[in-house]
Amino acid sequence: MHLVYPAVLAALLFCVGLYGVLARRNAILVLMSVELMLNAVNLNLVAFDVWLRDTLHAGQALTLFTIAIAAAEIGIGLSIVLLVYRNRCTSDIDRLRDLADVPTAADRMPGTTDNAPDVADGKRLTRGEAAA
Amino acid sequence: MTLAAGQGFLSPTGVEIAFLLVGVATLGAAVVTVTTRQLVHAALWLVVALGGLAVEYLLLTAEFIAWVQVLIYVGSVVVLLLFGLMLTKAPIGRSPDADSGNRWAALAVALAAAATLVWVVVDAFRSTWVDLDKATAGAEAGAGSTRVTGEFLFRHWVLPFEALSVLLLAALVGAIVLSRRDREDPKAGGGTGPTSGRSGRRPGVRGTGAGTGPRTPRLGTAGTGVTAPRTSAPEAPAPRASAGRTPAGARGDAAGQAPPPAAPQPPAPPRPTPR
Repeated sequence: MHLVYPAVLAALLFCVGLYGVLARRNAILVLMSVELMLNAVNLNLVAFDVWLRDTLHAGQALTLFTIAIAAAEIGIGLSIVLLVYRNRCTSDIDRLRDLADVPTAADRMPGTTDNAPDVADGKRLTRGEAAA
Repeated sequence: MTLAAGQGFLSPTGVEIAFLLVGVATLGAAVVTVTTRQLVHAALWLVVALGGLAVEYLLLTAEFIAWVQVLIYVGSVVVLLLFGLMLTKAPIGRSPDADSGNRWAALAVALAAAATLVWVVVDAFRSTWVDLDKATAGAEAGAGSTRVTGEFLFRHWVLPFEALSVLLLAALVGAIVLSRRDREDPKAGGGTGPTSGRSGRRPGVRGTGAGTGPRTPRLGTAGTGVTAPRTSAPEAPAPRASAGRTPAGARGDAAGQAPPPAAPQPPAPPRPTPR
């Protein structure tokens, strides 16, 4: 068998998973896309193990380890998603923006932070002027 | 490799034809998985994609990995995902907001990555052939059978295997700890003796719930201060604040106080998780 077939299939599966991770909104769908990416890597490992045929069978052993780690990852990830859903009533990734760097009212007021450097103060001042 | 002269793209073998057909089906199922708007159907199409990958492993003479794939992925991971979809109250029908706003940027990134990867892979392995016949004829049981897998796994890879068992134990404990936190609440509200230390820890949690109080107006003013799509931010902290207060209200109810009016909508019932 030509090695290009499994390698191209793995690359395309990885990119499909990449699209899913970037474009999906629900956290569980993102986890599904991560599973697709991990499976693409597994297919690559198996194909190259069959091609190289080393005595240690490193590709197949690493595939088994990757499957086990993916199972652990999906368990932890789903429990984290459930915990987020219990606390926030949503599992949409777009709404989990508490750590996002959005300008708030405290940032727009100049002089609230005294120990900030002058450049940041000037930037905040201009931003406050633009908002005012 | 040695048979490279006798093989080519125009003379595919039966294994190659089967690999291509199953690969097209797998890729189509994966595309449907990441593009469908019905969340449960996405999980079911993921079953098709992972099963197709198991068939690909079988065609690549990795039998044990194929059955491990069927057992773990199709058997447990998809079931876990379906449980997660049910516990987060995923809508059954078509949900119009399954894709976020940056899907075209995501499509561009994915297409660029696919073009780059396929070009590199085809250019690198243009004249490389996998000799499946020799792989099966080398040992009488095959290169990927259970016997060979057991031998190399427990002879050469025993230490990573044990480390992996420790990692699985850590993941198990972590999942239990993460999902048990709300189930201890009625026990802590009952004030039994051995959990009094935990009920002493509970007011700290309630304090953080009250700490969301000053955060809520800040987000509200931030939402009114920025552009038009952020106007949904003042509604957004309202269920968040009720979500933060509802366990405290449940505990207050257990302590004898009257429940707040926001209590009839708990964020999620403290159901036992599938583990």
